[in-house]
Amino acid sequence: MTLALKTMDLAKTFDIGQRLIGPPRAQVHAVHPVSLEVRQGETLGIVGESGCGKSTLARMLVGLTPPTSGSIEIEGRALDRADPAAFGRLIQYVFQDPVSSLNPRKTIRQILEVPLRLLHGLRGAALDARIEELFDAVNLRPEFLDRYPHEFSGGQAQRIGIARALAASPRILILDEPVSALDVSVQAQVLNLLADLKAEFNLTYLFISHDLAVVEAVSDRIAVLYFGSVVETGPAEKVFAAPRHPYTKLLADSAPVVGRPLGGAQSGELPDPLNPPPGCAFAGRCPRASDLCRAEVPLLRAIEGDQFAACHHPREC
Amino acid sequence: MGGYILKRLLSAIPVLLGITVIVFLIMAMIPGDPATAILGSYATPENVARLNRHLGLDEPLWRQYFIWLGNLMQGDFGRSFALNRPVLDEILDRFSATLILAGTAFVLCALMGILAGVISAARQYGLADKAITFVVILGISVPSFFLGMMMILLFAVQLRWFPVSGMYSIWGGGDLPDLIRHLTMPALALSVVATGVIARLSRGAMLEVLRQDFIRTARAKGVHERRVIWGHALRAAMVSIIPVLGIQAGFVLSGAVYIEMVFQWPGVGRMLVDAILKRDILLVQGGVVFIAACYVGFNIVVDVAQAWLDPRIKT
Amino acid sequence: MSLFLRLLFRNKLAGLGAVVLGVIVLLALLTPILPLHPPNATNTASRFLRPLSEGHLLGTDHLGRDLLSRLLWGTRLSLAVGFAAALVAGLVGAAIGVMAGYFGGRTDNVTMRGVDMLMAFPYILLALAIVAVLGPGLLNALIAVAVVNIPFFARNIRGVTVGIAHREFIDAAKLAGMGHTRILLTEVVPNIVPVVVIAMSTTIGWMILETAGLSFLGLGSQPPQADLGSMLGEARSALITAPHTSIVPGVMILLIVMSVNLLGDGIRDALDPRLRSGALARPMATTRVERAQTPAPKGEGLLSIDELETQFHVGPRVYKAVNKVSLELRPGECLGLIGESGSGKSVTALSVMGLVASPPGVITGGAVRLEGQDLIGAPYEVLRSLRGRKVAYIFQDPLATLHPLYRIGDQLTEAIRVHEPVSHAEAHRRAVRLLEDVRIPNAAARINAFPHELSGGMRQRVGIAMALANDPDIIIADEPTTALDVTVQAQILALLDDLRRSRSLAILFIMHDFGVVGQLCDRVAVMYGGRIVEAGPTAEVLAAPAHPYTKRLISCVPELGGGRRVLAAIPGLPPAVDRLPDGCAFAPRCDKAQPDCRRGEIELEGRARKVRCLYPEGAS
Repeated sequence: MTLALKTMDLAKTFDIGQRLIGPPRAQVHAVHPVSLEVRQGETLGIVGESGCGKSTLARMLVGLTPPTSGSIEIEGRALDRADPAAFGRLIQYVFQDPVSSLNPRKTIRQILEVPLRLLHGLRGAALDARIEELFDAVNLRPEFLDRYPHEFSGGQAQRIGIARALAASPRILILDEPVSALDVSVQAQVLNLLADLKAEFNLTYLFISHDLAVVEAVSDRIAVLYFGSVVETGPAEKVFAAPRHPYTKLLADSAPVVGRPLGGAQSGELPDPLNPPPGCAFAGRCPRASDLCRAEVPLLRAIEGDQFAACHHPREC
Repeated sequence: MGGYILKRLLSAIPVLLGITVIVFLIMAMIPGDPATAILGSYATPENVARLNRHLGLDEPLWRQYFIWLGNLMQGDFGRSFALNRPVLDEILDRFSATLILAGTAFVLCALMGILAGVISAARQYGLADKAITFVVILGISVPSFFLGMMMILLFAVQLRWFPVSGMYSIWGGGDLPDLIRHLTMPALALSVVATGVIARLSRGAMLEVLRQDFIRTARAKGVHERRVIWGHALRAAMVSIIPVLGIQAGFVLSGAVYIEMVFQWPGVGRMLVDAILKRDILLVQGGVVFIAACYVGFNIVVDVAQAWLDPRIKT
Repeated sequence: MSLFLRLLFRNKLAGLGAVVLGVIVLLALLTPILPLHPPNATNTASRFLRPLSEGHLLGTDHLGRDLLSRLLWGTRLSLAVGFAAALVAGLVGAAIGVMAGYFGGRTDNVTMRGVDMLMAFPYILLALAIVAVLGPGLLNALIAVAVVNIPFFARNIRGVTVGIAHREFIDAAKLAGMGHTRILLTEVVPNIVPVVVIAMSTTIGWMILETAGLSFLGLGSQPPQADLGSMLGEARSALITAPHTSIVPGVMILLIVMSVNLLGDGIRDALDPRLRSGALARPMATTRVERAQTPAPKGEGLLSIDELETQFHVGPRVYKAVNKVSLELRPGECLGLIGESGSGKSVTALSVMGLVASPPGVITGGAVRLEGQDLIGAPYEVLRSLRGRKVAYIFQDPLATLHPLYRIGDQLTEAIRVHEPVSHAEAHRRAVRLLEDVRIPNAAARINAFPHELSGGMRQRVGIAMALANDPDIIIADEPTTALDVTVQAQILALLDDLRRSRSLAILFIMHDFGVVGQLCDRVAVMYGGRIVEAGPTAEVLAAPAHPYTKRLISCVPELGGGRRVLAAIPGLPPAVDRLPDGCAFAPRCDKAQPDCRRGEIELEGRARKVRCLYPEGAS
């Protein structure tokens, strides 16, 4: 088994209220140390609600946000942040908002050319051939190449975004909410396209989303994030069917399922990031919370087989 | 709120220091030395050197700055050689006249500008909007000094409604009605440009706000349209109007220089222009620092008003 | 470019400005070869000649110099200085702003503090100080004006750059291997250029005024050379005796600056895409109604929408957002209205109380009857008294839909007091009770909070409380949970469900897919391309969707618990409602479509269970 991607205690702390000199006013731990492993050819789904740190994690993986601590390994080699081009050839990113991720003043051809020229040094006929190949791979017609981004619908723009990511010929794609800005009838097209591309180019995916059903449908394994920490990981078919962490259970129960009665209106919210609680971040909303939970942060540990949870009192299944 | 005001006051200190540094450096770059300027070109070198020593001009630049700053703090702005009186006395005398003129003009332009902007936005593309838009574009295009001159021709020379110039009549003046008669034309002329700018901006801000979702919410609640415009929308628009009021106050103060020339208003602007033409450096230096400091103070008031209006700022 | 020119000249005032400015610039360029008196030739014998004197078209000044000649030479000078100052200030300011905005952090902090420091001076003080150092003179005045305006440009451009630097395409460029220089030049600058052009074109007039002002004070151009400002300054002493010497240069300044401003505004409007589409139009208090005829009342029910047509008129285009939609809402019922973006579901909902933004929205047909009373075209006062009292709305994004500057308590009491003249104290008491009803903990304290101090879920609870304030019969909920997290969404839905049962509310619930609707609604209607394609009891529609679109929509949205799978995607795109195809709007994407699906009108047929399809599912 080869690992495509491995993070070791990757963490990010943001400074709030930066001053001209001296320490910042406050710090927010957006991502607590996270250790993840993604196998070659696998799709790891990452779910979490807003503010759980999933986008920060993704941006750290592609080098857009420098981590505060920890390290990243790709295919067994530690990632060198000094060379962005080397970075770009290994790992690429597909953005949530397809329209905002395309420069409005460039044609699609100009947008696609950049990674091919800069990362792979393609020129002339080879460049044109590769662009057409990529465009074909994402099922777009070549006459679109000389148009500007505003002429495309969200679904088409997202295909262009995917083509640009593929242009780097990366080993790993980070998909950050790639379909949540799209219309429901178009989402499935893009998801299926991503599945086809993965098989065709032998890619590894990190699929980030807040939509549990979508993540479950596309992932091999799923990691659940809450308040900057991984609270549960496991095989996709087990995580929501037999959740071990009470938060995962709450998520699964909250997802709309036709015919299922609406859940109880239990209230409860995220803790204040500027003033986090000492123990488990979920303890305040958790029916199983004990004094231990309020005092000590639970660590991610194997519960059964390859299902892990960060919980002092995991659910029995 | 109190904490915010204190914070804002403290943050003004480096700005004020920065202002003194900038002014000092600019003045230090003036070619030729003041002693020659004071004593005239026939002065002997010995006399010039003595005066330089006397004025502290043989010290290194940074020491000169600190001496000057120390004097400023004690209210000693130096002595104007052209007028032969303390700079601060002259400034204070003149500044009150400028304050009356610019203050009146500022209140006028803020009220008229916001009023015109809101009406214009509420009646977008209607007759009132078109009329206001035309007057506004005329207003921001006319040089205030030219407008002042034309007002003198029309209202003072032809119609004889107002006196031509000055702040008080020489005979029997000095009371409030007399001041108002003298003030009307210059204040109006001074406020025109800023009124135009504020009206334009208010119109834009209102149109921007009126498209927001919370306006739709107010309408969906059944709030009357009058209240939607003058309450919900204007309040939100003020968030972008108030900072412009702060900037426009600076423009009104600047425009006062021209208007004071045209109407012979005994204000600080005319004093500065005269001082520059006479190379009366200390008067220029003191005047600039004094007015800039007042403007910084005014902007603190603006910021506090903004924070009072918009609770999101303080966090 | 041709589009730009067309847009520019569509604006008549800008066209006028361009023509006037063009003539003036042309004259200024031709001045050296025109048969004019030398501008500085004095002739004290003919001082202060009036305009139209022989040999002196505009008369002469206090030294007997020809005013026309001086005017044209002065115009030349003023224009050149104004443009140069704008160019210098614009370019230097933009460069500073782009650097500060793009690199951010300490670079930004230090630069912007410096800029703030310069802006702490009323601008003329700085200009005067600079002239004091450099000495009076036109070039020095130009430098002073340019320097003084740099901070304004820098600050403006920095703001825009920060916005662009945080856009995702900049991140994408970094990942594509671009360095900072390349990103600045190819990604950032092209997006800044229009802003710089707008800023310059709207400030050139101002720069001309300022340099003229300095000259007027005697600090700019020095005699005998004269720009327009110094001409005015020299003429001032003879204002009363020879007013024409002042009026001539003054009017010229006015003409130049005004034409520059008109043209500048035109350029701004043509370059700003939002203005281009007319999106900055102010929505009126109620939607415009242009209805030819009123359909006869058919259905009863609490709220009945008959053949409603709402369109958006944008320039020559007509978007048929809502195309003959009929719906019926009975007391205490929850009706789900499902559709993708652009299907017309929200516009249908907003049309009910005339809340569609207008312009560009127009209701062109149909009726909306509340207890039999037609609301389309009803007087404003009638609509207003019903809004919130009989029919209340809950909108999608609770941060955008609550007023950011009013405390939530004030927004609640206002909702009560616009319909019922109760005292402040009574309204406050009721507001607290409403907050308790929507299960906001510690309501008495939270009532003084501002919206930004609450979480998304709490804000939406406030939105619901506001809708309940006057005990309405109907609540129209437009995707009330789309902006919320899934656990919060479940809480809000459960709350809505409780409230509707305990208060027997009728709810029109608008959603983009079936997920939530299946749990909440009694009946459901599906919209596509501005029309209802299927309607019926929720359970029946879900169990056996009749329209191919409904069927495929249900199956392309994954549901939790289905495991890993290939999704049944719908090919193609939803239709654009300004170019709807003939026949069925779904036909281009439908694998069952026949030639007759692409022709004529296809009716919505059936009673309890309606479908707009020639070959519905299940019927062979």
